[in-house]
Amino acid sequence: MTPVGIAFRLLVLVLMVAFLANPGLFEPLLLPLTRNGAPAIYVQGDLVALTLNHLAIVAMATGAATIIAVGLAMLVSRPSGVEFLPLSRSIVNIGQTFPPVAVLAIAVPLVGFGDRPALIALFLYGLLPIFENALVGLTGVPAAVADAARGMGLTPRQILFRVDLPLALPLILSGVRLSAVIALSTAAIGSTVAAKTLGEVIIAGLLSGNTAFVVQGGLLVAGLAILIDGVFVAAERFAAHRVGALQLRTA
Amino acid sequence: MAVSLRPDKVGVLVAVIAAAAAASPFATFKANRIVAGAPRSLFEALPPTGAAILAAVLAVAVVVALLRTPGWLRLAAALAALGALAVAIGAVPAHLTPEGDRLARVGPSTGFWLSLVAFAVMAADASIRLRLGPLARIVAVLLVALGVALLLRTGAWDGLSVMKEYAGRSDAFWREAGRHVALALGSLAAAIVVGIPLGVLCHRVPAVRGAILGVLNVVQTIPSIAMFGMLIAPLAAVAAAFPFLAALGVGGIGAAPAFVALFAYALLPMVANTVVGLASVPAAAVDAARGMGMTARQRLVRVEFPLAFPVILTGIRIVLVQNLGLATIAGLIGGGGFGVFVFQGLGQTAIDLVLLGALPTVALAFSAAILLDAAVEASRGRLA
Repeated sequence: MTPVGIAFRLLVLVLMVAFLANPGLFEPLLLPLTRNGAPAIYVQGDLVALTLNHLAIVAMATGAATIIAVGLAMLVSRPSGVEFLPLSRSIVNIGQTFPPVAVLAIAVPLVGFGDRPALIALFLYGLLPIFENALVGLTGVPAAVADAARGMGLTPRQILFRVDLPLALPLILSGVRLSAVIALSTAAIGSTVAAKTLGEVIIAGLLSGNTAFVVQGGLLVAGLAILIDGVFVAAERFAAHRVGALQLRTA
Repeated sequence: MAVSLRPDKVGVLVAVIAAAAAASPFATFKANRIVAGAPRSLFEALPPTGAAILAAVLAVAVVVALLRTPGWLRLAAALAALGALAVAIGAVPAHLTPEGDRLARVGPSTGFWLSLVAFAVMAADASIRLRLGPLARIVAVLLVALGVALLLRTGAWDGLSVMKEYAGRSDAFWREAGRHVALALGSLAAAIVVGIPLGVLCHRVPAVRGAILGVLNVVQTIPSIAMFGMLIAPLAAVAAAFPFLAALGVGGIGAAPAFVALFAYALLPMVANTVVGLASVPAAAVDAARGMGMTARQRLVRVEFPLAFPVILTGIRIVLVQNLGLATIAGLIGGGGFGVFVFQGLGQTAIDLVLLGALPTVALAFSAAILLDAAVEASRGRLA
């Protein structure tokens, strides 16, 4: 990450904390976006609580998606699951074509309105990027490394946990990052099915023609996405650095 | 023969899903459009003979899946099962609806959807084993579309609740369908026209590459509903300042902000894939072209573009599928498209109306993905 990138993300963080702590500070900036004396700051709901709930939904869905997707990738990348490999690739490829709004809408009849359809849609939608990346990582371990591990007398289970997974970790993290960023945006759409997220602010703005609400909701979600993206990029670098050291030792 | 008794692993997966389907209700019966549905099992939902025939077809298909059978037989069995399901679900409403009841709604339930998943997985697996080429896959998609069109045309599904929603608003349906496709394709065309030259620029001038890709990356983080909403104010201002643009239909609400938003999301995949495609052109090919005395423009048009084409086409595939899905959001800001039905339906808690918007969206995105994947593979094959 370049110094400019770090400074940009720090600025985003400071602005977001300042806005959530005291939205009134930003009122002069947002006031020109309102019409007919409409309020510039969203007060129908607690912005901090909405932000935290938004993050909690994304964290739960992405966490569950990570566990399931990495588990599935581990299964189909082992010799016993190899028959499922081409099939799971094409299911992942096709699954990605399901539009998030459609997944959200179809989840409602199954679980009702509220946070739950959003959780389900985010979970399903989050599986695919993680599975795809984990699969590439787990099946792309160099043959020489796998041979060396077997030569050292490691059991298949030890090879999986001590060689394959650490080598695939940067790619897996990159999949989780993609998933989390998509989930942040999709969680905002979740407010159309009454999920308690920052989308509520955006939709309130759309319904009342108040662009100030749309902008503050949108920028808060975009800010969260930029920060989470930054955290994962840093984690990927760290994991890749460790793998680099490992490759040197095994070479 | 003892070897063939070992079950096929994918077949076991199909059988497990089919078993779960058999344990779930096949259809739901609702007294009217809004109330919660009551579950109906397969043998409640269909006349005894019909239910028995369907159960037999599905059971045979599961046996074919479980045994180590040849690919063409698996494909045929899966397609027969899917066809039987499609015909059977159309016969349910006539059996479940009391005579003269015009309010009752009948629709597919978990059991039907799970069966569909089970045999779709089986068909996909069989087509992988048969190694169907690009052309065969395109023909397969067209045949399935033809089959669905036939079922719709003959009125076989007219009793289903989704089709009842359609019957009340068939004009609106085709109008929104046209808008949905126009939004998705129009913004794709604009992204191609702008994105490919931008990609060439990024390839030729590394100094601007980081800046352009960085800005486009930040654009991707803005949540879609906010992007659509934030464009309302600037476009209203533009329309007010330039009346001739307003006369062309540019305005704060409606299709214009939706078009611009889809275009903005489409630029990153277009530019990034053009850059990757051009970068993957072997230096030797460019050198040879230079040695033949080609100008920079000739090299670009006759060597670099043709070699980069499969990667650029992959970018078009990503954008088209993404646009077909995202265009639903336009329904929230008066931009039209299938999203209109999804959001109206969510507002009225009328799930059938939601499905009227969601199912065609999924079908469009799905077919676009299969068709363009085949086109990408064909273009790679032509180069190799």
